[in-house]
Amino acid sequence: MTALLKLDNATIRFDGLVAVNGVDLEIEKGEILALIGPNGAGKSTIFNLITGIYPPTEGGISFNGKSIAGLPPYVIAGGGIGRTFQNIRLFKELTVLENVLIGAHTRGRWDLTGALLKLLPQVRREEGRLLKLAIHCLTQVGLAHKAYEQACNLPYGEQRRLEIARALAIEPVLILLDEPAAGMNPQEKRTLLEMVRNIRAAGVTVFLVEHDMKFVMGLSDRIAVLDYGVKIAEGRPEEVRANPAVIEAYLGKGTMR
Amino acid sequence: MLHAFVNSIDPYFLQILVNIGIGIILALGLNIITGLTGQLSLGHAAFMSVGAFTGALLTLKTGTPFYLNLLLSGLFSAAVAALIGWPILRLTGDYLAICTLGFAEIVKVVFLNLEITNKALGLTVPTPTSALPMPVIVLMVAILAIVASVLIQNSRFGRALKAIRDDEIAAESVGINIARYKVQSFAVSAFMAGVGGCLYAHFLGYINPSDFGFLKSIDMLSMVVLGGLGSIPGAVFGASILSAAPEFLRFMSQYRMLVYGALLVFLMVFRPNGLLGGVNLTDLVLRKLGIRRHGATRNQEWSQ
Repeated sequence: MTALLKLDNATIRFDGLVAVNGVDLEIEKGEILALIGPNGAGKSTIFNLITGIYPPTEGGISFNGKSIAGLPPYVIAGGGIGRTFQNIRLFKELTVLENVLIGAHTRGRWDLTGALLKLLPQVRREEGRLLKLAIHCLTQVGLAHKAYEQACNLPYGEQRRLEIARALAIEPVLILLDEPAAGMNPQEKRTLLEMVRNIRAAGVTVFLVEHDMKFVMGLSDRIAVLDYGVKIAEGRPEEVRANPAVIEAYLGKGTMR
Repeated sequence: MLHAFVNSIDPYFLQILVNIGIGIILALGLNIITGLTGQLSLGHAAFMSVGAFTGALLTLKTGTPFYLNLLLSGLFSAAVAALIGWPILRLTGDYLAICTLGFAEIVKVVFLNLEITNKALGLTVPTPTSALPMPVIVLMVAILAIVASVLIQNSRFGRALKAIRDDEIAAESVGINIARYKVQSFAVSAFMAGVGGCLYAHFLGYINPSDFGFLKSIDMLSMVVLGGLGSIPGAVFGASILSAAPEFLRFMSQYRMLVYGALLVFLMVFRPNGLLGGVNLTDLVLRKLGIRRHGATRNQEWSQ
């Protein structure tokens, strides 16, 4: 089986700092892979490499067998990689529905001419299709009843879910979730867990960064561990949990127990 | 008949009305790049200038029909904007603003020195002998500008512009080509400024490159900011007030610009988002009429 996304010796340096150092990683189609590691390990930077916010200094990134390293973010998104952000980045002034409609941008094609010729049946059909898609995505995250609320007025947990809905609206093959459970209460986390499983069941491959161990262990098929920009472990949740290098990275060296 | 009717209106009043109409076209144009896309342009008078001179020269040299000139002035302005926008729209915030400012100065100085624009003497433009009187044309174009603005704001195109305004990184993450949309938005914006400039030239009958200086750009920006950045009713309202204010304040003679300035200062202190910023007029009207009670009723349409 060929990997859906493949990092091959991916490296990025910011002046002297090596934020991500020679990381090899493969994500199989249909799996849920989690990336964990202490703060500042370079997890979000890996997301930024994959989505094209930074080009890698060295190494390659390929998606569906094609190299995407160095492509601009909008091309990568158009290719089917959706993402959320660690520090929520919604279009705050706009409504919940508009946020998701913007997410569906690549699913439409009428631009300025479409705007001015709104009554053209093709344009109306497309708008209707995008609206249906947006409502479907909002329903998936349980926010359809808030469609006309302003995004910045949603509570924190719902803002995170809205970001997921927006990423789903590009109808991605792969979705990258950057700390989706951060700041959520246990109840919200359980709902989120179910939601991510449903997203995978709908055929979307999930790659997430998360700090909440219980959440990660209960959800992921595989886990990769990053420390100081280097991948130190990879495997099924129980393997990673027992890995001495992982314990050391999180708790420090010394006699255990 | 229409001519007779227009001629029966007090010419002074008519002039104010036309000023308002042109103001609305200019403000709505600027609103697209600055209000909707969030890119501050401090040199929009330059596009008005390009449109005014293009229209005037076409009328003077080629004798093409006025309506065609109007369209060509807008298109030429848009082409200039696309050309200049490609390099400078990569800049953001203050840097972009200063670039547009510089560009406007260049346009002014070039027109002041070109033989074809008659240097500092400016051009005298004959009133077009079209079927409709000028004030009616201005009014119609202003209405078209309002309709176009509303259509753009509620389209896939407009949503992409709003996304860029709110968060460029998030916009790119959903597949929006930021550079392309910024240039397109700038071109649409300049198109409207160009059309406004062409109308201005033909209504006034005389244009001079110095008419389209920094102050004119700031006038346009004040209209948009006064009404509320990004708000179409706001831009219309701001343009109406600021186009008419200097006339209504004329009785104060020397003091009127002082009062005008003070009005702007007070407004920014007490309504920093503009008079109509953040106000949804349709929603407000529907609610007043009892058709829509509150936001929640619309939300319920989608919940199962």
